[in-house]
Parts: sequence; structure tokens; C-alpha cells
Amino acid sequence: MQLDVLAIDGLCFNYDGNRVLDGISFRVQAGDYLGIVGPNGSGKSTLIRTVLGLAEPAEGKVELFGAARAQFSEWRRIGYLPQRIKFFNPNFPATVEEVVRLGLLAGKRIPRAVTRGDDEAVGKTLELMGITGIRRKLIGDLSGGQQQRVLLARAVVGGPELLILDEPTTALDPETRENFYLLLERLNREQNTTVILVTHDTWSIGKYATRFLYLDKKIIFAGTFDDFCRSPEMTSFFGEHAQHLICHRH
Amino acid sequence: MTIAEILSYGFIQRALIAGTLIAVLCAVLGVFLVLRRLSLIGDGLAHVTFGSVAVALIFRINPVYVTLASVPLVLLSSLGILKLTERARIYGDAAIGIVSSLGIACGVLLASVAGGYNVDLFSYLFGNILSISSTELAISALLFGVVMIMVALFYNDLFAITFDEDLARSSGIKTDLINKVLVLLTALTVVLAMKVVGIMLISALLIIPAVAALQVARGFRATIVTAAGFAVFSVVAGIFGSFALNLPTGATIVIINIILFVLAFACKRFFLK
Repeated sequence: MQLDVLAIDGLCFNYDGNRVLDGISFRVQAGDYLGIVGPNGSGKSTLIRTVLGLAEPAEGKVELFGAARAQFSEWRRIGYLPQRIKFFNPNFPATVEEVVRLGLLAGKRIPRAVTRGDDEAVGKTLELMGITGIRRKLIGDLSGGQQQRVLLARAVVGGPELLILDEPTTALDPETRENFYLLLERLNREQNTTVILVTHDTWSIGKYATRFLYLDKKIIFAGTFDDFCRSPEMTSFFGEHAQHLICHRH
Repeated sequence: MTIAEILSYGFIQRALIAGTLIAVLCAVLGVFLVLRRLSLIGDGLAHVTFGSVAVALIFRINPVYVTLASVPLVLLSSLGILKLTERARIYGDAAIGIVSSLGIACGVLLASVAGGYNVDLFSYLFGNILSISSTELAISALLFGVVMIMVALFYNDLFAITFDEDLARSSGIKTDLINKVLVLLTALTVVLAMKVVGIMLISALLIIPAVAALQVARGFRATIVTAAGFAVFSVVAGIFGSFALNLPTGATIVIINIILFVLAFACKRFFLK
């Protein structure tokens, strides 16, 4: 039996007395590409923060690679890419290389010294992301698309088995966004990296994700994107027109 | 008087060594503090140091050991600022403001009880690096060693939480612990720096070299090295300049820092963009 990369059971989260997540349960297995969509305030980012230990649930269990999250320590197996505009300080003085190298700290003990192998891994990842030419530039001097590639490089440089991305394409232009998704698909297909992608971009989810989860404080739908588009329950939930808009592929 | 003649004085030698050590410490920690928007923690802790110096003077502790006597109270206060931020759900600057006010109020009350401000208290308020004794130099060297070893050990963790705390936590870094390490190291540095520039001007040594380096450096490590260079230059030039022109050393160091910042800003504005 295949080990679950992520298993969530009965997860509930409250914020200021309001229930933000209600009884969330699902599993993710190695090689999955799971897309999570939902309206603003549906709890998507809270769900991701709970998985990563950045927020504590009121109820329920989260297991990562078979271990309860509180006991989980192999963080090098997970790469995380947050929503860029939420945290990014444009005047931060780090070079692209320095930022990408941060992604290698997870598997190390203090003082987390850099090795020659680390430099090779950084070099290979920069090449994979097509950003070798800007390795010595300051991250604040880059375009939004380049910055996002750098942060993705930081997330994947340690060769994570699970990659979690929270609205990574916000503020990217359509072409950069498409290239970004192609890069993710390559990682999923060629390196068997499990991907969990939170996004508003339902069209891209339908195009790339193998599994689809619609969230609005609780799970409204879980299955493949095709199942979602054929589901009469979803037609009655969203209305025919909205479902058509979500499912329409260009 | 030539530079060689100035250097022949023992008190100048001690001032240069102690000043250089403290300048490096302030600059290194200052980069982390400025980028984490905790710039004023130095100011807040310096005010607490004022209170602790007043206590030490009341109990007639030998002036040589006033620095060491201040350490426990300032360390506790630095943790208090963190706790206030976490538990009382208030912003860092407000927490610094509360602890700072408490420190200065206690200092004023205690100084008043002790019979008013005397020469010793003023030397801590405005700095008197030229009066550093051999014992104080040895204490400075010891604390410098402790802080630098800790910074070297936790450098990557400090860099990670400075870049983004959530990302650092999702890499398994114990961010609460690293935040504690940062404020404790800052507290030790503030205690050391009070003799150099004085309690009133400590935050200048923590903030200005870091901000000046941020104007011109290319990379995080480069920013730290540049900030240390600026800080050491300002302290050395400040000691020589104040001695030659018969000016207060602490204030001279701060003015040189400001000049360096203006030059770095102009350099960025006209040459680097």
C-alpha cells in the first residue's frame, strides 16, 4: 500500500470565534498534482498554514509522510512557496544565489554550513529554472516573474518530495504564469514531485492538476477536474453558467 | 600631535580596541534588526541599561563591574519585549516603547533616590570610551567572543528568519528560539556599547552602519561586511577626531556615521542606479 504524503482527518480551524475550516479530510499520495481552489476567505491559505505548522488547528489530525505533524522533523522533504506579495520585502539585500541556498537549510544541523555539494545543487536548480544569468543580482532588482522563479528555485533546491504552493502566480502576467505552470508540470512529471497548488486560477488547475479540490470552509468537491465538470451536484451548486466558466478550456 | 603620538597613549589603544570590537558587533546585529524592523530595540534596551546602571551605582558597585552588573536585567528585559509581542498581541515597536519607558522611569527614580545625577551616571548616558580600563576591555573582549561565536553558529538561521519567518518555520527552523537568540545577543551588545557612545546614542551604532551598507552592498553577507567596515571606520575616526578636536567621542562617532550614510545614499542615487 502506498504511503500517504499528506493525510488530513477532521481538520477544524477557528479564527476569532469563527470557523474557518470545518471537518476537512483528504489524502495526497506520491506523484499527485492536487489543485485546491475556492473563493476568497474559503480557508485555502489557512489549510496550507495548518499543514506546515504555521497555524494550530482547533481539532483534527495532520500527518506528513506517515508522521503526526507535531512529531514531523524531515522538513527537507517539503518545499513551500508562499504568495509572493504577502511577505516580500523588495529592499531585502540578498542575491538570487543566497535566497536559493536558503532552501537547503532544512536538512542540516546548526550551524547549517554550506558544502560544495550545496553549491552544485544551487547551480543545477538555477539552470533548471532558467535563472543562471541573474544569480548575482539582488532579488529586489528582479521582475515579478523572475522573483517567483527564484522563490520556486528556493522551494525545490533541496529536492523535496512534496511541493506546496500558495497562490504562486498572483501578480504574474499571463505568459509568465503559463511558463510557471509548465515548470511545475515538469517537476511533477519528470521528478515525480507531489504538488499541492492553491490558486484562484481554475483554468490552470483543470489543465495541469490530476486531482481537484473545491474548498469553501469545508470540502465542496474532491475528485478529478473532469468529474467536477460532469457532476450534476456541482451544476446545481454553482449554476450552469458558473460551472461552464470554471470548466471551459481554451 | 602625530597619529603615532596619539597611539602611544594606553587609553587610546584601549579605546580603539574596545571600540572596534563593539562597532563590529553593533553592525552585524544591526543588519538583522533593521531588516526585521526591530531597529529601536537597541534604544529600548539602552534605556533599561540606564535603570540598571542607576541600581548598580546605588549599591556602590565598582564602576568597572557596572557593565557586568547590567547584563542580567537587560537580558531579562529583551526577553520581556519578545513576550509582550507574543502574548499581549502588540506590535514590536509598542513593546519596545513599554519596556523602554519602564527602564528610563526606574532609572530616573533610582538616580533621584541616590541623590541625583553624578559624573558616573553621565558617563554612561553620553559615553566615555576614552576612560575604558583594562578590566573593562577584557570584559568587552569576552562578551565580543561570546556574541560572535553565537552569530557564527546561528548565522544561517538568523538569515532565514530575517528573509521570511514563515518560510524559515516551514524549513524546520525554530524561529522562537532564534528570535530569543537575536534579542539576547542585542542585549549583550547594548550593555557593551553604552561605554562607547553612551546610552542615549547606542541605537545610532546599531542602525546607521546597517542602513548605510544597505544602500551600497550587493548581497546579504556583503551587507554585513560593509556595515562592519562602516562602523569600525566611524569609531576609529571618531576617537581620533574627537581627541584631536577636543570633542565628545560618542557624539563624534554618531556624526561620522551620519556622514557615511549620506555618502552611501548619494553613491546609490548617482552611481549604482
